[in-house]
Amino acid sequence: MATVEMSFTPLPVHVRTARLVATAVARRSGVEEALLDEVRLAVGEACSRAVEAHQAQCPDEPVRVELTGTNGRFEVVVTDAAAAGQEAAGSPSAEPEGWPGNGVPNGTGALDHSVPPQGLGLAVIAGLADDVQFSRTPAGLSITMSWPSRGTG
Amino acid sequence: MDLKLDHHTSDGIEVVDVEGEIDVYTAPRLRELLIELVNNGHYQLVVNMEKVEFLDSTGLGVLVGGLKRVRAHDGSLDLVCTQERILKIFRITGLTKVFGIHDTVDEAITARKSEK
Repeated sequence: MATVEMSFTPLPVHVRTARLVATAVARRSGVEEALLDEVRLAVGEACSRAVEAHQAQCPDEPVRVELTGTNGRFEVVVTDAAAAGQEAAGSPSAEPEGWPGNGVPNGTGALDHSVPPQGLGLAVIAGLADDVQFSRTPAGLSITMSWPSRGTG
Repeated sequence: MDLKLDHHTSDGIEVVDVEGEIDVYTAPRLRELLIELVNNGHYQLVVNMEKVEFLDSTGLGVLVGGLKRVRAHDGSLDLVCTQERILKIFRITGLTKVFGIHDTVDEAITARKSEK
């Protein structure tokens, strides 16, 4: 059973709430202070991704977040219910043409990349979480992230 | 207060002061401001992020979008940031190679002026 479970309406305004709750539970679970910023950012990215997917596919369905601190690990699972269009989510390393990965933007693309592609958010998560797993189900995508903890929660 | 924005002109360069959190909810406001500044003819921008408490990939996307807009007018967009927790996301995404990132607004302005 998760230490804390929450679900929220898929609106951008609620992503901050999810970040704050996850950080608070992580701290209580014994995650080192130096890692809390990573937890906050990674959870925010996962929730932001889920919110955007829900707004496109199922705006009436809540995004679900499970926070668990046991056995020396603090684990966060963010699950969306946006099954359609998951093929477009791409891998964590996926970057569209023209998106500045390790180079300078080509500046010639007609697309406006003011909103980052899904791949960038997933790449950020992969770069922050100590361990991350992406699981596609018939219902949607589940992102599991974990960090070491002292297990005081 | 989630995000506070302000801007002023300094030595011909428009300095945008950002305070608070830039995320999926607040980033559109920064995007709108950058678009407005470019539409008003400000192509040399410095975004001061010293008071930014949180930045995610949505915020990065807004900054990249702003960079592309000013570059379309041979302009520039530089950043001021010394906070390691903010710089970290730039490093993870490789964007430290894309943006000029400076320690102070004066340094950013001086660096930009010296390139002219």
